[in-house]
Amino acid sequence: MAEQQALILQPATMIEEFKKNGVTHIITIPDSETNYLYELMLQESWLDVVPVSREGETMGVALGLNVAGKVPVCLIQNTGMMESGDSIRGMALGAGFPLVMVVGYRGWTRRGITPDTAATYTEPFLHAFGLNYYLVEHDEDAPRISTAFEEAKATNKPVVILIGDEYHGFNR
Amino acid sequence: MMEALEVFKAFDRHRNNAIVCATGTSGKHWRDVSTQEARDINLGGAMGHTASAAFGLALGLPKEKVVLFDAEGSLLMNLGVLASIAGKQPKNFVHFVLDNECYATTGGQPVPNAQNINYAGVAKEIGYAVTYNFDDLESLATSMGEIMSQEGPVFVAVKVIPEIENLPIGLRENRPSRSRKQTITDLREELNIKG
Repeated sequence: MAEQQALILQPATMIEEFKKNGVTHIITIPDSETNYLYELMLQESWLDVVPVSREGETMGVALGLNVAGKVPVCLIQNTGMMESGDSIRGMALGAGFPLVMVVGYRGWTRRGITPDTAATYTEPFLHAFGLNYYLVEHDEDAPRISTAFEEAKATNKPVVILIGDEYHGFNR
Repeated sequence: MMEALEVFKAFDRHRNNAIVCATGTSGKHWRDVSTQEARDINLGGAMGHTASAAFGLALGLPKEKVVLFDAEGSLLMNLGVLASIAGKQPKNFVHFVLDNECYATTGGQPVPNAQNINYAGVAKEIGYAVTYNFDDLESLATSMGEIMSQEGPVFVAVKVIPEIENLPIGLRENRPSRSRKQTITDLREELNIKG
């Protein structure tokens, strides 16, 4: 049991990383994988959760917040990320500002075989847009989240954190 | 319907220190009117998402009034943003939509259901605090002071005369203007925001 717990990515770990990296706003469309994280974020007074209607909005809202001196994060699923191609191009990459996008990796199995095409196309999509990414599966991977923030700041580009923990810690 | 240039002139008299973002074919006239260039910002660059970016700016700068001049073709590409804005109720956000009923920049093809959409009605039902509808300049000009003094989010639908462009993009007049990046830099300097 203890071993199983060690392999979980706790939503609280994400919140801790957001706080450590000065995040002010989470722009998001909640999905089934991140529901518990969503509930925890709402309890944090230092964090403003901005729900939107479509994932492509998140990059635009993030740009506006960045201009205002805030530190936004886009929290979306891989399906929505793929739908957001033009926003990633025009808003995130085109404007050239530090942006961390936390993306739920629907369909990720660790075995390389998945029946879910959302997973099949996720990494090729990121490669096509030239977006660097870090896979985070459990708490031990948490330092990669800070690495992503540092890289986004250094490059003025979006950096993606792929959450490959669909079936564990992000749900209760 | 009215000339977009006249809309901007009527607005400018009540601008005070508002931050202004103008998009679409009609929006190009704003820079002929504005006298506070450092507070004008270009947030275009992805289809329909200027509204999202202006919304983000308003959230990030709650003490500044942020005014967006949107276009109906742009709004239709991202209509859900109205719900996102209504959900957060930014009191400092004024959202004009200059509705010319067509895609003027691609030759004037009508937007879907062009003449029959009540954008202010949509915004009202989705939850904007205050909404207006104008199709004549006199009424708009008379109401502009009231519009700018309202607590937002405020939505203002304005019927404007289309200025249709038929020349291929490469042959069109290319008026020098500040890049998006420059407008961001200038606004941050103006507001003393560290990038």
